[in-house]
Amino acid sequence: MTSLSPMNITMLGVAGLLGVGLYGLLATRNLIKMVAVLQILVKAAVIALVLAGRVSGRINLSQSLAATVIVADTVVAVIGLALAVRVRQRFGSLDLKDLSNLKG
Amino acid sequence: MVHLILVVAIIFSAYSAMRAAHLINVTIWLAVTSALTAVLLYLLGAPEVAVIELSVGAGLVTVLFVFAFSITGETTVDEKTLLPRWLVWVLVLAVVLVLGWLILPVRGEPILAIRTGLPMAIEPDFGHMLWQQRGLDVVVQMVLIFAGVMGLLGLLSTSGPGFLSARREKIANTAMEDQPGLDEAESPEGPVIETPDGHHQTVAEAAQMAVPEEVKG
Repeated sequence: MTSLSPMNITMLGVAGLLGVGLYGLLATRNLIKMVAVLQILVKAAVIALVLAGRVSGRINLSQSLAATVIVADTVVAVIGLALAVRVRQRFGSLDLKDLSNLKG
Repeated sequence: MVHLILVVAIIFSAYSAMRAAHLINVTIWLAVTSALTAVLLYLLGAPEVAVIELSVGAGLVTVLFVFAFSITGETTVDEKTLLPRWLVWVLVLAVVLVLGWLILPVRGEPILAIRTGLPMAIEPDFGHMLWQQRGLDVVVQMVLIFAGVMGLLGLLSTSGPGFLSARREKIANTAMEDQPGLDEAESPEGPVIETPDGHHQTVAEAAQMAVPEEVKG
């Protein structure tokens, strides 16, 4: 096994971040924490995007795409947190289990 | 070596954010993750995105989280999980192992080989790339920010269903006060709110059911 280059280490970091984010997405029941977990997942995607740009020699293209991803992710966080606040006001809880008891 | 330390620190802080029981700890660990990610992005040769990540991820999003859980008043997180913990671990390990198998040079060349030393493509600088070649992205970003602000205002403003129904009731009362002498035979709205006599109780009840729907228009 050859020694790992910084690019390989970064790629492993992306895999680790994706693992942490996936664990959180499957495990957590709190709405606010779920938005935080989504942030972790998107950070992994941004690092992977920049890494791909660095490797392929098109770093500026990957930077512009990563900026778009960050903006979209922030908007998702804003709307998600606002929804969580409204859910808390309406149902008195941020637990996903309580939301699954909705009746049509 | 710097990359290794940074990557380990990023994963550790992300894991701490995911496992923290208090939402303030989740927020702080998330900000630490964001700051370390910004350093890693800078080392990868993307200073512009690093600045955006630092200011947005460690600044704006942190403030948003503090704002959200201070409004809800809920500061702790339940430890219970949606799926059984063993199933979550199995799923996550499966995904990470597949990714690691693709990335790591297990036998010879890895499947997703990262080849360094390729000739650098000639591309314009970041500003030209963003504003000229990816101009549509900028438009999409503006639309997204606008939609986000409008969504936030719509969700957090006080004009919920309660406010609207109170307003409808006020309009109905005003309409009734303007025409106090209406005969109940001419208008079924007459005995709805102001019922001077108790003889038409059933009519008043029926009108009470009908009026809010009519006043809505």
